Amino acid sequence: MKLNVKYFGLIAEWMGRSEEQIDLWENSIAALRQQLETNCRRLSNITYQVAVNQKIASEELELSENDEVAILPPFAGG
Amino acid sequence: MRYARHISLSEVGEAGQQKLLDAKVLIIGAGGLGCPALQYLVAAGVGTIGIVDGDTVDETNLQRQVLFTTNDIGRSKALVSKEKLNQLNPDVTIQIYQAFLTANNALEIIREYDLIIDGTDNFATRYLVNDVCVKLNKPFVYGAIHKFEGQVSVFNWNSGPTYRCLFPEPPTADQIPNCAEAGVLGVLPGVIGTLQATEAMKVILGIGEPLSGKLKMVNLLTNSEQVISFSRNEQQVEKATQMDLANSYTAASCSSENEVDVEQFQAWLETGKDINILDVREVYETPKLEVDVISIQLGEIPSRFKELPTDKPLIVVCQKGIRSLRAIEFLRENNFQNQLINLKGGMAAFHQQAIQHE
Repeated sequence: MKLNVKYFGLIAEWMGRSEEQIDLWENSIAALRQQLETNCRRLSNITYQVAVNQKIASEELELSENDEVAILPPFAGG
Repeated sequence: MRYARHISLSEVGEAGQQKLLDAKVLIIGAGGLGCPALQYLVAAGVGTIGIVDGDTVDETNLQRQVLFTTNDIGRSKALVSKEKLNQLNPDVTIQIYQAFLTANNALEIIREYDLIIDGTDNFATRYLVNDVCVKLNKPFVYGAIHKFEGQVSVFNWNSGPTYRCLFPEPPTADQIPNCAEAGVLGVLPGVIGTLQATEAMKVILGIGEPLSGKLKMVNLLTNSEQVISFSRNEQQVEKATQMDLANSYTAASCSSENEVDVEQFQAWLETGKDINILDVREVYETPKLEVDVISIQLGEIPSRFKELPTDKPLIVVCQKGIRSLRAIEFLRENNFQNQLINLKGGMAAFHQQAIQHE
């Protein structure tokens, strides 16, 4: 399943890109998190949110082909 | 006449302007986000404005904190802001709190206002703002920045979602850099702080669609904007309601300095920087500083640290800069809510430097 993923803030820096298309074998948020954290180990140490089609996703959400995914860290700066 | 251009908007009018004049808004942090938010809200005639900031103006602030000028370096941000803003609009009553927001003062300060603007620079204070606003049922406008990107949202408004509904837990200190250590494009907080002021005015006026349940993400480099929606999570609201404030938040501010060298310390003394000084040496140890200091020996800190003032950053000194570090470690472990700065090399290095300069 192809997903269009956007990265924000520090996560975009770690990933070295602000968006990409990824292939996922399962349709769960857990699988998505696992794949991202395998690609970027530092992700597994932070709390981040996953939004799907402009809506924060619950961990139970089932992903669909071509979903727009956003990976959001909190920002501290002011 | 001052508000003619507001009054001629059908969405504002005389009645709307009166709502602004009657409103009481608290800005937490007179920094990058707070400065522009303050300028627009004061210009708009928000009748009562509170400013909480325990920090002083540093030269590196001037690139983005547009209320301050070179002459203000070393002075209290809250005080300088009040002086400047009084000139902008004398209709507005400005109440300042020259302290960092802490678990000890947050309830009593926030209680006095209708709406809060979070312009802080660290996660601990952001969660404190959330939890106190939820306890007191106050809406607050969130803004946060990272390099070229910003986030804005309106939390806890009309039973809407809260900060914890979006980000349930603060990251631990080593996960995500607190504060602006990373660098930031000077205009970014201008954009985000101005958006916060906009949302505050919409909430006060009851017009448009405030960003409740929505996180606006802005990237100035790519000109991309996204609005992400999210819903209220009763568990997270309950967590904030039940939070034991006294034992939950560590950093009071993120003014990045946590040590100062003797040259800089000398400059602070000469310019009259707003600081308190704690000397943890034994009474017989010399040389003494020729300014007012609080003298509590290291061994007495555990029993007496509650006497220490929290209104200004606290510089901790000893003979070589080692005992002072131990005092700072103790104070941090015991949740002492103030900015703590160690004098590197202690009084020995300070004295040496003074001799060389004579």
